[in-house]
Amino acid sequence: MAMDRTIYREIKATGGVWSLAILLGAFVAAAMGSVIYVEHHGHIVTGMNNSVVWGLPHVFAIFLIVAASGALNAASIASVFGQAPYKPIARLSAVLAMSLLVGGLAVLVLDLGRPDRLLVAMTTYNFKSIFSWNIYLYTGFLAVVAAYLFVQMSRIDYKYVRIVGTAAFLWRLALTTGTGSIFGWLVARPGYDAAIMAPLFIAMSFSFGLAMFILVLTMLFKLSGRKFGSGLRLRMGNLLALFAAAVLYFTIVQHLTAMYAAEHAGFERFILLEGGHVTFLFWVVQVLIGGILPIALIYLPTIRDSDSEPVWASVFVVIGGLAQVYVIVVGGQLYPMEVFPGYEVTASAFGDGEIASYAPKWSEVVLGLGGVAISLLAVGAAAKFLRILPTNLTEVNVPQD
Amino acid sequence: MKFRMPAEKPMDSKQPPAARAQAKKTNKAEMTRRDLLRSGAAVATATLAPGVTLMAFGGSPAEAAAADAGKRWGLLIDVSKCQEDCNGCVQACSEENGWESTGHPETDAQWIRKVTLKNTATGHTQSMPMMCQHCESPPCVDVCPTGASMKRADGIVLVDKHTCIGCRYCMMACPFKARSFVHEPVVNQKSHAPRGQGTVESCTLCVHRVDKGGTPACVEACAAAGHDAIIFGDLKDPNSEISKRLAEYPSVALRPDLNVNPGVRYSNFG
Repeated sequence: MAMDRTIYREIKATGGVWSLAILLGAFVAAAMGSVIYVEHHGHIVTGMNNSVVWGLPHVFAIFLIVAASGALNAASIASVFGQAPYKPIARLSAVLAMSLLVGGLAVLVLDLGRPDRLLVAMTTYNFKSIFSWNIYLYTGFLAVVAAYLFVQMSRIDYKYVRIVGTAAFLWRLALTTGTGSIFGWLVARPGYDAAIMAPLFIAMSFSFGLAMFILVLTMLFKLSGRKFGSGLRLRMGNLLALFAAAVLYFTIVQHLTAMYAAEHAGFERFILLEGGHVTFLFWVVQVLIGGILPIALIYLPTIRDSDSEPVWASVFVVIGGLAQVYVIVVGGQLYPMEVFPGYEVTASAFGDGEIASYAPKWSEVVLGLGGVAISLLAVGAAAKFLRILPTNLTEVNVPQD
Repeated sequence: MKFRMPAEKPMDSKQPPAARAQAKKTNKAEMTRRDLLRSGAAVATATLAPGVTLMAFGGSPAEAAAADAGKRWGLLIDVSKCQEDCNGCVQACSEENGWESTGHPETDAQWIRKVTLKNTATGHTQSMPMMCQHCESPPCVDVCPTGASMKRADGIVLVDKHTCIGCRYCMMACPFKARSFVHEPVVNQKSHAPRGQGTVESCTLCVHRVDKGGTPACVEACAAAGHDAIIFGDLKDPNSEISKRLAEYPSVALRPDLNVNPGVRYSNFG
């Protein structure tokens, strides 16, 4: 059990905090400018088209949404799995989970063809759509995690924290299952149509979310001049390497399964060998930088440096994670659908049978980064106004198992 | 600039008396309690707010409810009659529905397109038109979060322009690449085929003509060109020409493995 010696305090509004807030605010303002620009001219000013209908905004949005449920790891480990050392960071974990989800959803909503019809999306449902289910999974997640934060911050019997924490843990599993199934249930596209999307996305969420959590926690501690012992950080680093390995494992199974089916051989050849920038992103950024490198950083004793290695591993996991979501979302659409099995398309007015093209425009990059900025601003504001951040995370102050 | 729907009268009053009488006759046998409630809602909408309610032709729930459940509209395309150098159906669709090519096929509307296919086993080459296949179990309708993608009782798959939020999930789900997202502001629209920037659209099977007892523009254009490669008709009526031809000669649906049962069939395709 954690001790009461953990003291939570708001961070002070120092010059550094203000500078960062203004910088993030500028990113959000730029994103809003991008939304107005696209809203006025239409999606013609983005790189998206009728073949690649979801582009960079969706890559950022899905990354943030997937990371949101994983950001809850620390809180779940503390109250569901009873690991006392994680208890002091459980509040931040809940806040970051909500912040990342809000940032991701903002990008998703602002990229709609008709963002002004958000009210329609919130009031008119087709319950057969996994998208509709996700609307409930997302809003429900915000509500459950808000309740989780509330019981954590109130002087309530710890058993209630455990109960609400368990509900939040189960909900986050459902949420990522839902996000993965957006792709897994698309029967017509060779890159999707696979049940493994759900567990793959769950593994991705554990990894990306923990990486984002380590980075935000480190940043907030640095900004507020608080001490962060290497014990807890190393502990989280070990866990991150394990999650990164789990993502690699599911990725291997995903591609082996597809390679085994002759009908998906063309798609696999595209992603793994002939896909140009997609193939580069898969092997170099996703697998090497986002998977093997962080695992090596954590586990290889020769390059162990307890202070910075979990932070660097987190940076690599985030970079690799963005690449992985890009490969899934954009790579899956670049490869043509098999509309006419057994036939070669020799002429088409609409690129049937050809690899599609996608060149993201600045408007998309700016919107995506704006979503990240919204998440970081939200978590920063919460740390400024709420007592969610412990004053000290050195070894003597972190409760032990 | 956003396009706003023109106020239209409800579908019932648009139908000629003969078609309405026919619809009534067929409906009687098929009408379920749900149909009755639906038609009640449509009547209520038309009665209570005739001037206020905005209706998109053929694309609103009230009109969808007014469609005849006793019919299933479909197309039979005789691939052997389709000429590779003919683009008449595409041209006719474009003129009828007010979409046009700007020279950027990746972002242009593609309600109907021509494809040339070579059988990889035999080398035999054929040309044919591709459009929304008006599936019986349309994946686009399944995935649409707001229900804007919908199938009318008579099998025509449409997008309700009032509730489409432009998420493009239907485009991800459609196995036939039959849907387009309106990437640019739209001009010179036809009042019977409303379009809107930021929403998704596809072949409507010329629902505005069909509801008046007519045939789709592509079918007419193909006949006018002397090819007669496309037959339009009611798949549920065993005496319709399309049903007779389907019963008599072999035909295929695209992607039969998906079991979505398209309303568009191809014959002499091999």
